Amino acid sequence: MYVSIESKQILKGVNLTVKQGEIHAVMGPNGSGKSTLANTLMGHPKYKVNSGDILVNGESIVGLTPDVRAKKGLFLAFQYPLEISGVPLAQFLRSAYRSVKGETQQKDAKGVGGEMISALAFKKKLEEKLKEVDLDPSFTKRYLNEGFSGGEKKRAEILQLAVLQPAIAIMDETDSGLDIDAVRKVAEVVSRMAGPEMGVLLITHYQRILQYVRPQFVHIMVDGRIFQSGGPELAQKLEEKGYEWIEQETPAAA
Amino acid sequence: MATKQVVDIDYTKYNFRDSDEGYEYKFPKGLTKEVVERISKIKKEPEWMRDFRLRSYDHFMKRPLPMWGGDLTHLQFNDMLYYASPTEKKSRSWEDVPPYIKDTFDKLGIPEAERKFLGGVGAQYESEVVYHSLREDLAKKGVLFTDTDTALREYPEIFRKHFATVVPLEDNKFAALNSAVWSGGSFIYIPEGVSVDVPLQAYFRINTANMGQFERTLIIADKNSRVHYIEGCTAPIYSTESLHSAVVEIIAKPGAHVRYTTIQNWSNDVYNLVTKRAYAYADATVEWVDGNLGSKLTMKYPSIYLLGPRAKGEILSVAFAGKNQHQDAGGKVVHMAPYTTSRITSKSISKDGGRTTYRGLLHVAKGATGVKSTVRCDALLMDEISRTDTYPYNEINADDATITHEATVGKIGEDQLFYLMSRGLSEQEALSMIVMGFMEPFTKELPMEYAIELNRLIQLEMAGSVG
Repeated sequence: MYVSIESKQILKGVNLTVKQGEIHAVMGPNGSGKSTLANTLMGHPKYKVNSGDILVNGESIVGLTPDVRAKKGLFLAFQYPLEISGVPLAQFLRSAYRSVKGETQQKDAKGVGGEMISALAFKKKLEEKLKEVDLDPSFTKRYLNEGFSGGEKKRAEILQLAVLQPAIAIMDETDSGLDIDAVRKVAEVVSRMAGPEMGVLLITHYQRILQYVRPQFVHIMVDGRIFQSGGPELAQKLEEKGYEWIEQETPAAA
Repeated sequence: MATKQVVDIDYTKYNFRDSDEGYEYKFPKGLTKEVVERISKIKKEPEWMRDFRLRSYDHFMKRPLPMWGGDLTHLQFNDMLYYASPTEKKSRSWEDVPPYIKDTFDKLGIPEAERKFLGGVGAQYESEVVYHSLREDLAKKGVLFTDTDTALREYPEIFRKHFATVVPLEDNKFAALNSAVWSGGSFIYIPEGVSVDVPLQAYFRINTANMGQFERTLIIADKNSRVHYIEGCTAPIYSTESLHSAVVEIIAKPGAHVRYTTIQNWSNDVYNLVTKRAYAYADATVEWVDGNLGSKLTMKYPSIYLLGPRAKGEILSVAFAGKNQHQDAGGKVVHMAPYTTSRITSKSISKDGGRTTYRGLLHVAKGATGVKSTVRCDALLMDEISRTDTYPYNEINADDATITHEATVGKIGEDQLFYLMSRGLSEQEALSMIVMGFMEPFTKELPMEYAIELNRLIQLEMAGSVG
C-alpha cells in the first residue's frame, strides 16, 4: 500500500495481514509512518491511498467512510483522543455501540431490528468495563475526554475498545504517556480480549508494552516501509540494540 | 443503517394548517386606529385599556424602525392581519375545544404533555386563547393562571397595578405595536410563599398567513414564591411573512424565584420581534431560558433589572440560524443594587449561510457595590458561508464590580468528525452529536420532554447538512 498526505508520500509499500486471534506489533522510530498506517486503515480523509488496497474479509474498504469501516469491525484507539464537549461518555458509547452492532431504534417494515440493548443492561456492561480499565464510574457522566488527563484518555480508549469489541483493534501508541502500572492494566485488558474473536495491530515506539501484550508477530517499520518482520525475538533485539541498529543497516533511512 | 434514527423525525408535524373560513372574527389586513378600537370593543375592555391601546398606536406610528439589529426593510405592516379569532368561547374542558383546533394541539402533543407533567396549560390559537386549565390544588392556594384578557376582566386591580410597568408602551416600536393590538398571552400570579413545583405552560400557534400574533404575558411572583413557566410556539410554513411581536413582563418580588423557559420553533417566514423584561427585587431570582429556532428574523434580548440587594439574574439562550435566517439575540442585565449577581450564557449555531448575532448589554449603576457578572458567548459555525457577530456593551459605573466576559467562535474540526465516525457514527450523526454537545449547557436546564424535543429539532436541522 502507498499512502500520501497533502501529496507527500508517507507509506511507500506496506504489506501486512492481521487475522483474528493474532497480535501484531508494529514498531519503529518517530516519523516512520506508524500513525499514518493507523489513520489510513481507519479512513482519515487527509490520507490518500495512491495505490494498493486495504481488504477486510477479502473486500476492499478503500473509499469507505470511517463509520462503515467501524461497522465492518475495525477499531482505532487514538494516540491523541479528541475532546467532545457536552457529550457524556456513556451516552456516546451507547450510540456507538448501537451503530456498530447495527441496532436500530425501530423495527423496519420487515420487523427486523428493534432489539436495542436496554439502558440498564448497557449501564451494567459499561460499569464492568470501567472497572477493568480502572476508571471511576463517575467517568460515564463526564464529557467525552474533556478534562481527562493523558492517561485517562488512553484508558477511555481501551474502555471503548472493550465495549465495542471489534474484530481488529488498531492501537496507535496507546502506551505512550502511561505509567508502568497503567500500561500493565491496559495490556491485561487487551490480552484478555485478543483471541479467536479479535486481532490486534499494536503500534508502539517502545518495547515496554510488549512484555505484557505478547505479540506473535513483530514488524519494524522504517521510512514508510516494513523493514523487517519476525517473531517476538525481533522486539527483544530492538530493545537490546535500539533503533540505531536499523539505521546502521539501512543507511538510506537515516 | 443507524442513520435512520436521525432522519426518522417527521418535520411535517409542525407544517400543517387549518382552514380559517369559519372564524368568528378575521379583520382585514392593515393597521389603523379603527382596527385598534375594534379589538378593544370586541374584548369589551374598560376605557383605560382602550386609551392605552390608542396611545400605543400613536406612538407606534411615529416611532421609526430601529436602525440596528436585523433587516426590517421588507416587513410590511400593512400586509399583516392584526386580529383573528377562531371561536368566541374559551374552554376549560379539552372536550369543548372546537375539533379542528383540538386536532392541531393534539398533533403538537399539548394535551399529552399536560397529562404527564404540567400544573396548568394555556393554548392560544391566532389571537385568542382557546383553552385554559389549572391544577385544582394550585387554584386553591390562590395561584392565578389564565389568559391575559380574562385577567383584565376578572382581576382588574392586580392587573392594572402591574400591567405595562416593566415594559412601558414607549419602550420600543414593537412594544408599542404589541401594546396597541395585544391579544391573549398568559397571566400568572403566585401568592406570597407559594411554591409551584411543576411547570405552567402555554402554547402559541399562528395558523393564518400574514397573521400577526401579539400576545402579552404578565407574571407576578409575590414574596418568596416560586414558579416555572414554559412557552412553546410554532407556525406552519407560508411563502409570505407573518409577524410575532410579544411582550413579556415578569415581576419577582423580594425572595421570589421565577424561571421562564421558551422554545420557539417558528417557520422561516416569521418575523419574531419580542420584548421580554423582568424586575427582580431583593433576594429574588429571575432566569430566562430562551431557545430560538426558525423564523426569518428574530430580535430578542431578554433583560433583567436587578432592583434589590442580592437579586440574581440568569439568561441562558441558544440560537440556531439556517439558510436565510438571522437570529439577533442576546441579553441585557442592569445591576441597580449592591451585591447583585448575573450570568449570561449564549450559544449560537449558524449553518447554510445563516447568521447569528449576540447583542448584550451589561450595566452596573453607580453605588451598586459588590456586583458580580459573567458573560459567555460561544458561536459555532458549520460552514464557510455562515456568519456570526458579537456586540457586547458594558457600562460599568462601580469600581469594585467583578465582570468576566468570554467569547469563542468554533468550527467543527475534521479530526473531531473522524474520531466520532471511527466509532461507527455516520457523518450526520457525528455532526448532530457535536452540535448537541455544544448546546448541552442549555439543554440540561430544560424539562426532559423539552430537551428531547429540542434535540430532535436540532437533528432535523442538521439533516441534509451532509452532501
